[in-house]
Amino acid sequence: MTASASTMSPPPTAEQYEEKEFGFWLYLMSDAAIFALLFATYMMMVGNTAGGLPGKELFSLERAAGETALLLLSSTAFGFAAVALSAGERSRTVIWLLVTFALGAGFICLEVGEFWGMIQEGAPPERSGFLSAFFTLVGTHGLHVSIGLLWIAVMIGQVLFKGLTAPVASRLMRLGLFWHFLDIIWVIIFSVVYLPGLL
Amino acid sequence: MEILGRFTIDSLPFYSVIAASGAGVTVLGGLLVVGVITWFGAWRYVWTEWLTSLDHKKIGIMYIMVALVMLLRGFVDAAMMRSQQAIAFNSDGYLPPSHFDQIFSSHGTIMIFFMAMPFMAGLINLIMPQQIGSRDVAFPFMNSISLWITTAGAGLVLISLVIGRFSTAGWTGYPPYSGVEFTPGVGVDYWIWAVLISGIGSTMSGINFVATIVKCRAPGMYMFRLPLFTWTVFVTAALMIFAFPALTVACTMLMLDRTLDMHFFTNGMGGNMMNYINIFWLWGHPEVYILVLPAFGVFSEVVAIFSQKRLFAYLSLVFATMAIAFLSFTVWLHHFFTMGSSAKVNSFFGTMTSIIAVPTGVKVFDWLMTMFRGRIIFKPPMLYMLGFLVLFVIGGLSGVLLALPPVDYVVHNTTFLVAHFHNVIIPGVVFGYLAGYMMWFPKAFGFKLNEKWGAWSFWCWTIGFILAFMPLYVLGFLGMPRRMEHYEIAAWQPHLIVAAVGAFIIFLGIVCMAIQLIVSLRDREELVDMTGDPWNGRSLEWATSSPAAPYNFAVIPDVKGLDAFWQMKAEGIAYKQPDHYEDITLPRNSSLGLMIGVLGGVFGFAMIWWIWWLAILSMGVIAVLIIIRACDDHTNFVMPASEVKAIEDAWFAKIAKAPRNEMEDDPGFAGFPAPEGTA
Repeated sequence: MTASASTMSPPPTAEQYEEKEFGFWLYLMSDAAIFALLFATYMMMVGNTAGGLPGKELFSLERAAGETALLLLSSTAFGFAAVALSAGERSRTVIWLLVTFALGAGFICLEVGEFWGMIQEGAPPERSGFLSAFFTLVGTHGLHVSIGLLWIAVMIGQVLFKGLTAPVASRLMRLGLFWHFLDIIWVIIFSVVYLPGLL
Repeated sequence: MEILGRFTIDSLPFYSVIAASGAGVTVLGGLLVVGVITWFGAWRYVWTEWLTSLDHKKIGIMYIMVALVMLLRGFVDAAMMRSQQAIAFNSDGYLPPSHFDQIFSSHGTIMIFFMAMPFMAGLINLIMPQQIGSRDVAFPFMNSISLWITTAGAGLVLISLVIGRFSTAGWTGYPPYSGVEFTPGVGVDYWIWAVLISGIGSTMSGINFVATIVKCRAPGMYMFRLPLFTWTVFVTAALMIFAFPALTVACTMLMLDRTLDMHFFTNGMGGNMMNYINIFWLWGHPEVYILVLPAFGVFSEVVAIFSQKRLFAYLSLVFATMAIAFLSFTVWLHHFFTMGSSAKVNSFFGTMTSIIAVPTGVKVFDWLMTMFRGRIIFKPPMLYMLGFLVLFVIGGLSGVLLALPPVDYVVHNTTFLVAHFHNVIIPGVVFGYLAGYMMWFPKAFGFKLNEKWGAWSFWCWTIGFILAFMPLYVLGFLGMPRRMEHYEIAAWQPHLIVAAVGAFIIFLGIVCMAIQLIVSLRDREELVDMTGDPWNGRSLEWATSSPAAPYNFAVIPDVKGLDAFWQMKAEGIAYKQPDHYEDITLPRNSSLGLMIGVLGGVFGFAMIWWIWWLAILSMGVIAVLIIIRACDDHTNFVMPASEVKAIEDAWFAKIAKAPRNEMEDDPGFAGFPAPEGTA
């Protein structure tokens, strides 16, 4: 185990990339369980407004539709980045990652604006059990998206400085899983939180 | 904003002599460790060979060291409770209520999260990769993070003794009592952050173990050739992946209630406290099986080796394990039958709970049948196995009794319940891990443990356990609630005195274990394990040297069936040195896991004390460290074939000098595996 006896490391093997992808799937399943419990809690608490404003008066369909459009488009943009990656086109990969980042950042801006507006209207998370559950569920998703944005930024840097090497490509694939996963969660949020709240 | 959040000089433990001396012992213990390492000038060794190591075996050993330290701390809590209750008839005893409440809360928290979980993760890390013929776990770096953030959680519990106070809300932290309205202060926050941080470590361990077993098996090691310990690890790890999120969610919501005034579990404002209890036990019940299944795995290995027979009905044990895992998600409501769900709901959960006893019973019969017509060798691991079989069945039966909602209504929250879960956890989990510790110790350190002191520890643990917990069954029927600081009913006291005596005998068992360790260390030359196979073992972990080389297997074995190593010995292909070796790629040491663990602890501490700047700073540094690691493409190193050959040559030289197997000395020894057909 002495460092002197060791030589420089070889890159990981194909199997090791496969292990990482499999491990990442396991993580996503675990994360999905977290969201499942947050959804269950939200559905249970949706009526617990404690005399405060209900979702019907707080949510805006236009804003939710805008958020949805931005996030779905950013997922599409990531799809194009993945196509560019498999074609080995470095600059096109970076451009599509930048587009993904911009759309995702737009989503976060809209969401922060929504949260801010609700707090201004007298509906902060500490107002009622319903609002606690809403901010926690949607906020946890938003936190994931923010971490995803940071990850995209790091990966843009890696593509620029390291090129589309095997380790970088493997990380991009996992980032893709993460980003599309957040899309799926958002679709459920839209159907469970916003649609029933407004219809 | 205060720079130290809500910390004031009153947070120091000078409010009582007992609290202050606990704090003193904790601080002195820490200083002693630092002092000893400095005295021997061993910092470089400790840093390069241990703290920064990504070797699964060393990570496993460090996990077990954490577990043993926390076992001691958790036991001190238990001893204080037992002695308080023994004298607190019509008297205040020596512990004030608020202190007593901290003690039962920290006892449960420590024993579950910081004794049992690390002990389990340690044994798994040490053995599982060797059993499947792998060189490491799938994600060695994540393994190191898991270890260090679990340790950070344990550290927070220890720090609560010195700075501030611990929770008084029990190890389950039920709201609304654990809410900020009824329990302000840092105690519950210590509990929340210790549990949250270590829980994330456990989730990562679960992912790591499943990925390892699915992806890193040696050629020919099909799933239905896995040793039973590995099978139980696989199922347990899957449970960890799906159950720990519930703990994370429950604790996070409680934290949001307390820190940001939200209303998940408050009395008013639309909160629903029963939701906490539901989510908590949605983790809590699978957790019971997360702890006990690997212990069942250990017992399955122990019973086969020390009965000198192959395991009876391997397949039924595998399927029973899976059935238990599945059913474990269908019984959580039995922890709160008295919540008052409808009779239909309660009877469903009562029925499912009783059904779990069926696969567990299958296992008990399989172990019994393994011993039947076996030639049993009564080494300490086998003694623990036998103690487990007898005592665990009693605990299981009291569980079936509790599964009946009408019975549960009568004994809910009495010491009958306390007796029941200790009766399954101590003989089931603790005995299992201790059996594993004594059986696999040579694999970790290259010498065996003294058997006489091991046997003494078994007898003390068993007799102490019976004396400490059987009276609690009686007390439950006498109507004694759990967690009583003092009482006025004379009939309870004799039972409580017996229980205190039992706790003292368990203490002697722990002392025996300490003596065993010291004596074995002294006699390590005589107890040395030259071959790596001290018990005439059956599975692949016995095919490596003791302690195993960094790469475990110089040549990855080709597995041909169940009991792979036994088969290799029978076919005469074990211990054959190959003509040449190849370079081996291994994970390079990294200090980032340790740093992330320390910073995770700092983050938790900052959140407990509302030191926001420190929380943001530590989380920011953690993010930077993860990004640094994520940009590193050279995380491995290559051990050249020449170095592998040198290590292997030294081992084969030792084997040549050693008697083939140390079990031969036992009068009951049944012989070595013989070629097929002649056995």
